[in-house]
Amino acid sequence: MSTQKRRLPSIAAYGVLGIVTLPIILMYIWLLLNSFAQKMKYGVIPVEFTLENWKFIWSDVVINGSALPSIWTATFNSLLFAGTLTVLEVVIGIMAGYALSRLNFPGRQGLLKTTMMLHAFPSVALLIAVYYILNFLGLFDSLSGVILVKTALQIPMTAWIIKGFFDDVSWDVEWAGLIDGCNRFKVWYTIVIPLIKPGIAAVSIFSFLSGWSEFLLLYTFILSDENITLAAYLQKLMSNPNMIDYGLLSAVSLFYMVPVLLFFVLTQQSLMQISTGGGKRV
Amino acid sequence: MEKSNRMTMILRRWGLPSVMLGPFVLLISIFFFLPVVLITILAFTNMDSAMRWNYNGLSNFKKMLSDPHIFEIINNTVIYVFFTLLINVFLGLALALLTTYFIKKETVGLAVRTIWMLPRISPPVVYVLIWLWFFDPSEYGVLNSLRSLFDLPPGKFLAENPMTAVILANGLIGASYGMIIFSSAIKSIPGDLFMAARVDGASHRSIIADLIIPAVRWPLMFVTLWQIMSLLTSYEYILLLTKGGPLFETEVLALYSYHTAFQNFEYGYGSAVALVLVLVALLFSFIFWKVFGMSKMIKASRIE
Repeated sequence: MSTQKRRLPSIAAYGVLGIVTLPIILMYIWLLLNSFAQKMKYGVIPVEFTLENWKFIWSDVVINGSALPSIWTATFNSLLFAGTLTVLEVVIGIMAGYALSRLNFPGRQGLLKTTMMLHAFPSVALLIAVYYILNFLGLFDSLSGVILVKTALQIPMTAWIIKGFFDDVSWDVEWAGLIDGCNRFKVWYTIVIPLIKPGIAAVSIFSFLSGWSEFLLLYTFILSDENITLAAYLQKLMSNPNMIDYGLLSAVSLFYMVPVLLFFVLTQQSLMQISTGGGKRV
Repeated sequence: MEKSNRMTMILRRWGLPSVMLGPFVLLISIFFFLPVVLITILAFTNMDSAMRWNYNGLSNFKKMLSDPHIFEIINNTVIYVFFTLLINVFLGLALALLTTYFIKKETVGLAVRTIWMLPRISPPVVYVLIWLWFFDPSEYGVLNSLRSLFDLPPGKFLAENPMTAVILANGLIGASYGMIIFSSAIKSIPGDLFMAARVDGASHRSIIADLIIPAVRWPLMFVTLWQIMSLLTSYEYILLLTKGGPLFETEVLALYSYHTAFQNFEYGYGSAVALVLVLVALLFSFIFWKVFGMSKMIKASRIE
């Protein structure tokens, strides 16, 4: 009797969870089905299999007589953007994280507090000033400029997370290396870094994905077609009022989401852990 | 010999920290501190696309007070932040309860939480595309297809209830954030407490009210304050979904600052709006800091 009573809420729980979660699953299934369908009956049921929507992969998309840049230009730029961002963030993050965690220097407390404060700082409100600075540096409408901005906006978070990894490495390990005659840098490079490799991997994936998904900064600071990224490519297609072709749009979306889904499936556990640390999207 | 020794001493003491921290400090100086200074100065100029620094005193702020749209925009901001927050917190808590307490199978709970991470991890452009398709005013939109099943004429939901759409779309993303933090808080409650409660014959309701809710009290505060700060200053999804329209119906303060600067090229006025926003956000950061202190801010999900 009492076990039955206990089981009832659990069945109800499955039901409720199913109902609220289903729309999200359907959203993504729709993307997949729609990209291979001639058209959608009632907007949701695919009819007639076709590869027409995927044509953008081998030929340029033409809207209103003018061709969009090749999808491969956009893909290359997105890879360049996300890749460079990841390298910069990890390298600078490791250096700063180590210094914040282990080195003694005047102003350490102040810098720690500042780094902390910057997490919560409304960085997107500063875009006007960032625009001015980019203009001044001659980096407006260039990918490298936006990479710098994005790296800077995320580095307080990244450095802080990496500092946490270093904090977890025991001092004894480092002492042992120092006593054995290594210098500080060598200890750092050969002993400490390998110990935090899993953490670094997680941070790298996180930065790559956030670079890959970036929209606002690229949309604001990039104008020319040669610097187009996948986010901007898709947005261009979407915002054309004369041609809302959901088949094409969903095919491009899926193409765009491939790395995201891949990393997501492979590493969702470590991603979840980082997100708990408080990932404010920029 | 003596001198070079001292040099190495100085290098050892100062060299490593400055090399290691150099790039980091340089980046945050150029893209955090300098912009704050610039915004503050720009707010007192009427800089436009000509990029000239013409100081005009307080006239940007006077203009803001007499701006015909400002009250609608502030009203929108409050509605947007409040209702999105409501969805974030309640849906997040409900999902956390369902996946950790009511459903004991860890694999099922994890799978569901993973699915709920999808909107957060999807590129914003893709996520918004799915919503646009859902609300599409033509007969192909999902909502209209569903309506046609009940013989209802196609409606223009996005044009008629833009704020609801914006809140829903943003709410689902934020819910996963609350969900993760609340789940880890619930999971860190020692299992024996649940056992003890059950042995004593406690109902689900009293377990939730007397055991779980007190345990997530701090995470609840954390998520609320953190989301207020993020929502106040984020506008990416609104920009993609409705562009603040139709007219000013979904224009929030942060987006207004963006529009004045990058659409109307009124950099001075845009900076003034941004400055107000930064000050409000800093106020919340200050409260946040007071409530949580330095260390708690990072280790949010720890139980008190």
